[in-house]
Amino acid sequence: MTNGECVIRLEGLHTRFGRHVVHEDINLCVRRGEVIALVGGSGSGKTALMRQMLGLEVPAQGTVRVFGEPLHGHDRKKLQSMRNRCGVLFQKGALFSALSVYDNIALPMRELRTLDEGMIRDLVMLKLKMVDIEARHASKMPAELSGGMIKRIALARAMALDPELLFLDEPTAGLDPELSEGFVELIQTMRTELTLTIVMATHDLDTLVALSDRVAVLADQRIVALGSLREVVGVDHPFITKFFRGERGQKALGQTGYVMAGDVL
Amino acid sequence: MIPENQNNNSSMVLRRVTGDSGTPRLMLSGNCTMTALGRRLHALSAELVAYAADPELQWDLTGIAQMDDAGAVLLWRAWGSRRPPNLLLRPEQERLFDRMKEAPVPPAPIPRDMLWPVAVLGKAVFLLWEHLTGLVILIGQMLLDVKYLVGHPAYIPWREISANLYRTGAQALGITALVGFLIGVVLSFLSSRQLQMFGADIFIINILGVSIIRELGPMLAAILVAGRSGSSMTAQLGVMRVTEELDALTVMGIPHSQRLILPKVIALGIAMPLVVLWTSAVALLGGMVVAEIQLGLSYQFFLNKLPDVVPVANLWLGLGKGAVCGMVIALISCHFGLRIKSNTESLGEGTTNSVVTAITVVIIIDAIFAIVFSNVGLR
Repeated sequence: MTNGECVIRLEGLHTRFGRHVVHEDINLCVRRGEVIALVGGSGSGKTALMRQMLGLEVPAQGTVRVFGEPLHGHDRKKLQSMRNRCGVLFQKGALFSALSVYDNIALPMRELRTLDEGMIRDLVMLKLKMVDIEARHASKMPAELSGGMIKRIALARAMALDPELLFLDEPTAGLDPELSEGFVELIQTMRTELTLTIVMATHDLDTLVALSDRVAVLADQRIVALGSLREVVGVDHPFITKFFRGERGQKALGQTGYVMAGDVL
Repeated sequence: MIPENQNNNSSMVLRRVTGDSGTPRLMLSGNCTMTALGRRLHALSAELVAYAADPELQWDLTGIAQMDDAGAVLLWRAWGSRRPPNLLLRPEQERLFDRMKEAPVPPAPIPRDMLWPVAVLGKAVFLLWEHLTGLVILIGQMLLDVKYLVGHPAYIPWREISANLYRTGAQALGITALVGFLIGVVLSFLSSRQLQMFGADIFIINILGVSIIRELGPMLAAILVAGRSGSSMTAQLGVMRVTEELDALTVMGIPHSQRLILPKVIALGIAMPLVVLWTSAVALLGGMVVAEIQLGLSYQFFLNKLPDVVPVANLWLGLGKGAVCGMVIALISCHFGLRIKSNTESLGEGTTNSVVTAITVVIIIDAIFAIVFSNVGLR
């Protein structure tokens, strides 16, 4: 599925907040069809990097290309068509609190101005079915929903236009283990049906192991390791040691039968 | 699983052929996705419906490179929400249409009640009653808090009172001065032209003095503060509700009436009379300047004459109005702020209602003062 084409390309990216340097010279290519996970300690700039890929923040230096186009400074129409090919799942869902569940999912479809209301209705119900939400919840407002439901509905909204590129910011944070397993399965199923490129920022090792093709480790203002999980675990860096070889890390990696390079135990 | 020659932008192509056994066959190829179909969706939908009318037709979807939910829904709707008898699919497409079969139907919208005008009116009356009782409860809570703080002076929220004084008082000086000065200028200009016709130039001091000190100064200040500080108080409490900060205070055992609302009420009760004094002074200054230019009344004469023609009771009345309006504005803003539910629409609606109500109530208070004190300060 993966080939050499870059869906997102970061070149010489620098990020500064005032005098605080977050990223220094980051280069990254996200290939079509892969799932790339951004990991790093808190404050390492995972979310900042993702926000730059989305065009929500402008890097201090360097360029971000999405689908081969520079993210800043191209015309409105191109930007809009690029946005329609991306879906984003925000950490807290970011559902529009003034709209019902149904309208939240229907909003991006209506904005296209090409679908009629009957087709939108069928599509919304299909998306709800996909994330396992019953039809009776469709007319509810986001304030009436539980955290897990908000997350699943937010995913349904992110998937409303069947995007090629999906951003997941902490997709399983705040979900119980059973729900997050279901969530991971859901994303895996979607990948079999469509060529889906996923960029996700996550802390959850189980999600990381289950979903990611490649892992990019952010530490010391740069990407200190990039490659398959097996390769990354072998890299000698204090953060990686702490993150992957701690008790939790061993447990998550152990389940899948990963053999760790340089492992003494 | 995806044919090699895929091109992301090639839209779907329909081709009708006659198969070996003489049955008509419709071959679909290209991309059947939302982005690929784009504006063709409508035309394509009609075309597919026309094809679906023929039950003999064999549908061959195996040539489709990519199909997403939108593409599947398009076909599904053309088929009349069921599979055509002769259908060729790839396994992953099979899954897509299986899902379609299981998709739930949306709940029917609730039909509108015939008695809705009555229900709307009833709801409005109950809402008004709710607001009134809510305000009374809030005032009662304030009195209880004051009683408690008198007994426990260590808990008096001095810092909050001082911060609110600065924000609602000191920071409002600029805008109230500008508006006050301009109103003074306009009032003086228009009145002086009329008075000149009757040769009653000297009465400009009476007109400006009474109208500004008794009426315009307090009202201008109150309306500006209601718009400025009232909206910010409502929005602050509303956002604190949305972000659960109010709940965090409650579980820490810090009552928000005492720590958030009482300081605002006290601060605005102190700040408003001072803002009223300032606004009246600047408005009089504006009037005085125009009186000098238009009528040639010297500043010294104006200032000497002012205390003689305007009884000091008018000043106390203005300041009293200021204090009452200030506290009422704070109470109303906080009442609306606490009613905000944790969604964005409620926040906007609550802030609007708060400002509108505060300004209306300020004018009602003014009318009550005018009636109650009709015998005071006027000759």
